[in-house]
Amino acid sequence: MSSNVTRRLVLRGTAVAVAGAALAAPTAMAATRTATAAMTDHSGHGGHSGPAAFDEVYQGRRIVGKPATGEHAAHGGFTASIDGKELHLMQNADGTWISVVNHYETFATPLAVTRAAVDKLRGATLVPIAT
Amino acid sequence: MAVRKNQATLSATEKRNFVNALLELKRTGVYDGFVRTHNEFIMSDTDNGERVGHRSPSFLPWHRRFLIQFEQELQKIDASVTLPYWDWTVDRSTTSSIWGADFLGGNGRSRDSQVTTGPFAYSTGKWNINVSVDNRPFLQRELGAGAQLPTRAQVDAVLAMTTYDMAPWNSASEGFRNNLEGWRGQGRIHNSVHVWIGGQMATGVSPNDPAFWLHHCFIDKLWADWQRMHPTSPYLPAAGTANVVDLNDTMRPWNNVTPADMLDHTKFYTYDR
Repeated sequence: MSSNVTRRLVLRGTAVAVAGAALAAPTAMAATRTATAAMTDHSGHGGHSGPAAFDEVYQGRRIVGKPATGEHAAHGGFTASIDGKELHLMQNADGTWISVVNHYETFATPLAVTRAAVDKLRGATLVPIAT
Repeated sequence: MAVRKNQATLSATEKRNFVNALLELKRTGVYDGFVRTHNEFIMSDTDNGERVGHRSPSFLPWHRRFLIQFEQELQKIDASVTLPYWDWTVDRSTTSSIWGADFLGGNGRSRDSQVTTGPFAYSTGKWNINVSVDNRPFLQRELGAGAQLPTRAQVDAVLAMTTYDMAPWNSASEGFRNNLEGWRGQGRIHNSVHVWIGGQMATGVSPNDPAFWLHHCFIDKLWADWQRMHPTSPYLPAAGTANVVDLNDTMRPWNNVTPADMLDHTKFYTYDR
């Protein structure tokens, strides 16, 4: 995803967050098209490219996903957040994704599992689990 | 010898004793320790790394040991209590007696999925959710909203599988364990029951819902049923397998118990049928 697209989505996302969820759908569609293009661009690179980054507002929540480094690489090499709070993601052996919020149900992409977490949260805030 | 019974057959007294023991473990903080331990394994068990509690051959012996430890804590409160099991192939309704106000309480309300009936309702002040992925302090359920319960025919198809587990020993494996755990196969057995209940049961902190114990007790019973049907089918893998718990390897977090130690449940308890 180019920085221009990212900036545009962030700016639009800010407006959407103020205006409410009704405007979220077009933003989400734009992000999906961007993600599809990114996947296609890297299809000849032997699979190291991984899923596309995203940055959008879904149901009034800012969701961001991007390739990860360090310890997160073991969990599929991708991190996601909802309103700036980390959503723990994990990739399954078949390429599908789960999160700590939807742990027993698989989703095709990090974007899909992050949106599913927003649906389940019903406006609640993610918190780090006390250990 | 302790006998674990079908929850549908429990007397009013047996239900009350089980619920009271749960509430006492919650009050003392022992209960939340189990929630925390479960989530730590959920977060660290990966398909390509070390895996002990989930998506691996030791899913069944790990949970058997986890349930025994929990049952022992219940029995410190009330020696008459054993874990009941929920046969969701039979008791499949959102209004089955398991969800009654005298037992686990009912479905969450539509506005916020909050469970408002029974002994685990937030309004009782006795069941705050302390180990959580979000800032909601109340137990949630969305019965039936996210999945179908597995059918008896789907369970029977999995019980007919003759091999316990297979390489790559993770969520992509063929065999009994992974089809029962539900990362693949018709009905997605164990996983889809978590999703059917919804709320915390669909998350890494699923033991926040007492239904966790009744669900996993039935999964444990299905393992015992499978062993009886296939007496010559061993636990696999036997030895020398990277990242997973072989037959005689010890399991975290206890480090003193192996799958081999867990194969015969009748050393610890029996089932009513």
